[in-house]
Amino acid sequence: MIHVKNLTKYYNDLCAVDRINLNISKGEILGLLGPNGAGKTTTLRMLTGFYLPTSGEISVKDYSIYDDALEIKKLIGYLPESAPLYHNMLVYDYLNYVADIRGIEQDKKLSRIKEIANLCGLNSIMHKSVSELSKGFKQRVGLAHAMISDPEILVLDEPTSGLDPNQIVEIREIIRKIGKEKTIILSTHILSEAEATCDRIAIINKGKIVADDSTEAIKQSAGKEVFITVSLKNANTETAKSELNSITNVKDVKQLSDSEGALSIRLTCGSSNDLMETIYKKVKQTDWILTEFHKETKSLENIFRELTKEN
Amino acid sequence: MQQVIHIFKKEFKDYFISPIAYIVISIFLLVIGGLFFSSFFYNGQASLRGFFIWLPIIMAFFVPAITMRLFSEEINIGSYETLLTLPVTTLDVVLGKFAAASAFAAAMLLPTLSYPICIEMFGDLDWGPVIGGYVGAVLIGATYSAVGLFASAITRNQIIAFIIGMVICFAMGIIDKMLVFFPAVIVTIVEQLTAGFHFQNISKGIIDLRDIVYFLSVIFIALYSSRLTIEEKV
Repeated sequence: MIHVKNLTKYYNDLCAVDRINLNISKGEILGLLGPNGAGKTTTLRMLTGFYLPTSGEISVKDYSIYDDALEIKKLIGYLPESAPLYHNMLVYDYLNYVADIRGIEQDKKLSRIKEIANLCGLNSIMHKSVSELSKGFKQRVGLAHAMISDPEILVLDEPTSGLDPNQIVEIREIIRKIGKEKTIILSTHILSEAEATCDRIAIINKGKIVADDSTEAIKQSAGKEVFITVSLKNANTETAKSELNSITNVKDVKQLSDSEGALSIRLTCGSSNDLMETIYKKVKQTDWILTEFHKETKSLENIFRELTKEN
Repeated sequence: MQQVIHIFKKEFKDYFISPIAYIVISIFLLVIGGLFFSSFFYNGQASLRGFFIWLPIIMAFFVPAITMRLFSEEINIGSYETLLTLPVTTLDVVLGKFAAASAFAAAMLLPTLSYPICIEMFGDLDWGPVIGGYVGAVLIGATYSAVGLFASAITRNQIIAFIIGMVICFAMGIIDKMLVFFPAVIVTIVEQLTAGFHFQNISKGIIDLRDIVYFLSVIFIALYSSRLTIEEKV
């Protein structure tokens, strides 16, 4: 649905986006991930027709950004970072104005505004002015602004930045609800968010795409290593370490802490199905008391750090 | 075109939502009324001459005050990003905002229509120059709006936008009264470039195409520059 080819943007001499290629198909939720200043916002601004690219091609459906910017803008609903809205307008007036500009027919306008107010939970603030709203409500009004014309594509720039945990969950739920039928591109630097909401993740660093794959594939690409944490009471540090190290497939044993008599050990292991079983059996043979025992795969965070760290 | 109307409606309504409209209109009426009537009764003539002499100068202060926020505020709070990613072109935006400011400048003149009506009661008013004067006033309001809009497009600071707009408008309004300071060779050229000169022509009741062309050209140049400035920013 969206094709981005060799997209480049220079601010004077500074290269913000460097020959990016992206193909986004219909119904996909793509997370654009990257550290601050990586070029996420610039990329989204070019997609939405706000900035003109220095070079490269963007096409949405069959429209090119150079020739049919207006048609592309009709297809895309955009929530800019920190939702800049007119302060002096009432929420209702604002949505009404956006609905007009979006060309929603007069007789359907009111019902559409009501519908979107329900979806975004704006009913209690429709007659408040935007300047009185909390950050979370502003973000929701911004989301309503983006969705009012029921566009096929939604572009959300850090939709949850600056919100409290409850609000983050609410916004994510809205995104997931609408993501069932829409194509969504969202940028974020919160990894758990990308993991929770996106089908596909593109990691961008210094204007270049360094990884682009489905969320699962990206997590797997980090290698097959797993970490197992074992906490033991009543155990001698050295013997416990050497006992655990003797298990096949355990590559490394690292002591995490030794507080209040509980010894916490982190094992780096190659993947093996019955590994947990083997470790448990080992512990069972001794008189150690097992207080904690869990497995984690290498997280998105590690992959992100590896791909975007400064050299 | 539809988009221009929507933007116009929003911007025009904005003036009346905030207290700006009422403050600007009342101060404008106080100032212009005071200046006009302080000399009106000495002259003992049933004419609006004194009013139209002051108008280009007074409007040079008030029109930039109503145009200063049009782009500056959008740039400052970042809302022009939401605006320009809606299906509108920069031309739609510039025209809509210009139309709103011009309409407001015209609305500002509405209460002054009571002057000719009052004067008609005192004496025999010649309506030709009055009608000409109001046509000229609407044109000069639109011209100043276009200039003010351009000033607003070049900065995110409303105060700077106001001062730049005011300086340009004030120069356009007053230089024709200071022609003695210019060398004789360029007097005609300078005169032709000022809004005051063309306005005085129209307010004599003679609507000449040259004067209309002058106002329309200044409006065109200012709006075109605003559009280029906004496009340059993105």
